[in-house]
Amino acid sequence: MSSDRLKIVWIYPDLLSTYGDQGNTIVLERRAALRGIPTETVHLRSDEPVPPDGHIYLLGGGEDRPQILAAQRLRADGGLTRAVENGAVVFAVCAGFQIIGHEFGGDEGQPLPGLGLLDIRSFRGQRRAVGEVVSDVASELRVPRVTGFENHQGATSIGPNARPFARVVSGIGNADGQGFEGAYQGHVLGTYMHGPALVRNPALADLLLTWAVGRELQPVDDSWAGRLREERLAAVLGAAPA
Amino acid sequence: MSDLPLRSQLAVALGRTAAKMSRMAGKGDGSVIGGKVGLRLDPELLTRLSRDRKLVLVSATNGKTTTTRLITSAMTPLGEVATNAFGANMPTGHVSALASAPAARYGVLECDEKYVPMVLRETGANLVALMNLSRDQMDRAAEIWLLAGKWRKALAESPGTHVIANCDDPLVTWGAATAKSVTWVAAGQHWREDSWCCPECGGPLDRQEGEENSDWACRQCHFRRPRPDWVLHNGAVYDPHGRAFPLDTIQLPGRANRSNAAVALAVVAQFGVPPEQALPLLATVKSVAGRYTSVEAQGRTLRLLLAKNPAGWLEAFDVLKPAPSPLILSINAQGPDGRDTSWLWDVDFRLLRGRPVWVGGERRIDLAARLEAADVPFTLVDDVEQAILAVQPGHLDVIANYTAFQSIRTRYGRVV
Repeated sequence: MSSDRLKIVWIYPDLLSTYGDQGNTIVLERRAALRGIPTETVHLRSDEPVPPDGHIYLLGGGEDRPQILAAQRLRADGGLTRAVENGAVVFAVCAGFQIIGHEFGGDEGQPLPGLGLLDIRSFRGQRRAVGEVVSDVASELRVPRVTGFENHQGATSIGPNARPFARVVSGIGNADGQGFEGAYQGHVLGTYMHGPALVRNPALADLLLTWAVGRELQPVDDSWAGRLREERLAAVLGAAPA
Repeated sequence: MSDLPLRSQLAVALGRTAAKMSRMAGKGDGSVIGGKVGLRLDPELLTRLSRDRKLVLVSATNGKTTTTRLITSAMTPLGEVATNAFGANMPTGHVSALASAPAARYGVLECDEKYVPMVLRETGANLVALMNLSRDQMDRAAEIWLLAGKWRKALAESPGTHVIANCDDPLVTWGAATAKSVTWVAAGQHWREDSWCCPECGGPLDRQEGEENSDWACRQCHFRRPRPDWVLHNGAVYDPHGRAFPLDTIQLPGRANRSNAAVALAVVAQFGVPPEQALPLLATVKSVAGRYTSVEAQGRTLRLLLAKNPAGWLEAFDVLKPAPSPLILSINAQGPDGRDTSWLWDVDFRLLRGRPVWVGGERRIDLAARLEAADVPFTLVDDVEQAILAVQPGHLDVIANYTAFQSIRTRYGRVV
């Protein structure tokens, strides 16, 4: 991190914020503050240029039309691509996950170009995935089992330059026939766990913060978020979490 | 009613029997099962029951039940009014409401947002009132931009229907704009997080800040707020002639209900009931299907507020007794509530700082994590009774979402 403040940029809440996406900014601010790291959060409207100096960029979910508009504007702007080239962290959920890939399905299912920050291709799947999703994160990321809620009709396949973020234990995830959930490539990470995905998964929030500051963080008490994670895992799996 | 074909009369009669049996079995008011039986026997029943009546459909994300009730009250000078007063807002509920008031020449039907096109087609309603659209239980509700698009199509195909719409809500305005005749009501919009983009072209909407000025216009295309015929301003409704009608006699609390009242006044004026006659009738409504009622529990007076989505929570906060008055929050995530609690992160709970807050319901841990992140101190309880006993006897506000609200209402149902 080159400056003394961690800059979080929430991309286009006017287009990509359908259900609690704001939670991810709140959780990152809070867990940074617990480590004494000051933050600055920008709620970036879609008529504004993407600032190149953010440390973490967040993209949320959206309906078909706002998703298409967001992809068009981000492609035309180019700022997010430059930020990623400079090493910025990106965390994208649901519609946001799809548009940072090479292509995604539009409102009629037609393929539309994404940003190509992540080597994935998405299209419209056969049926809608709605419900709790639990998955085991790729071991090299050292994040314990994650829990979220998915609500999408996308299917996403992962290309050779990206890696699966997690393997589905319960739920649908990428609907790629291989049981994967989400994908990551360098410090760009996407998931179908929609909305405030970081709330229930404090270790995932810490992974993003670690990437952004470039050093290990001291552990903090996960408090209610930790209890929430355990309660959700038990509710879905019917047993104590692994 | 006697003009109905024999099969339809039979459908109505059997539907009523089913409803009665359902009531006797203690399974609610029976309007859904009654309508279901009726429609099974005669799929055209809703159309037949609508014939020769003047019907109003009332739809929105929030305030449907309340506004339906307000309109119904204000239409009493016209005679008997058929209505689905208990929120059974799909065609089964509409059939029951109309079948149980065969002589009523008027009907006011609350209508689920998704069902507006179908119910409009089947009933040929004379008037549709549209108030607001915002994010709501997205694991089962439709996406609101798509929904407004379907309203547009349905209204374009129903040129005989007059629309009363809230022009302060850009998406509602877009959804209503294809109607042949519209009365625009500037009824306010407090939750604006779903209307920063132009529904017509996707461009940025320029909006006025502040509660009392809801003007808006697209920066890129021609789409802008229509000139309102009726205006809600500073607690008074101004009719198309500029006459002011203060709403201070309205019993239902908060700005959301002033907004509902403004729409109700515009609707009944269309049927010839002037505001001066309608206002005292609106003032007789004190609670709606248990909402805003107070119940007595353990020597405390609990006021029950229902809030089902982020916009609804904002309106519930607006009517709370000021801090440090205590508050209980109770959240479930059963089917009718939406199984996804993500919406909690769209609500600005910081507004609750400075008052004692108790947290209960099946998803209390979700709420605990949310309040912790908002720096709102709270006490977690396994059972709301613990919270009731913990506060001093006196007034206690309770905000709950749908099934949590119903369970508290059933448990402490003795209305004060």
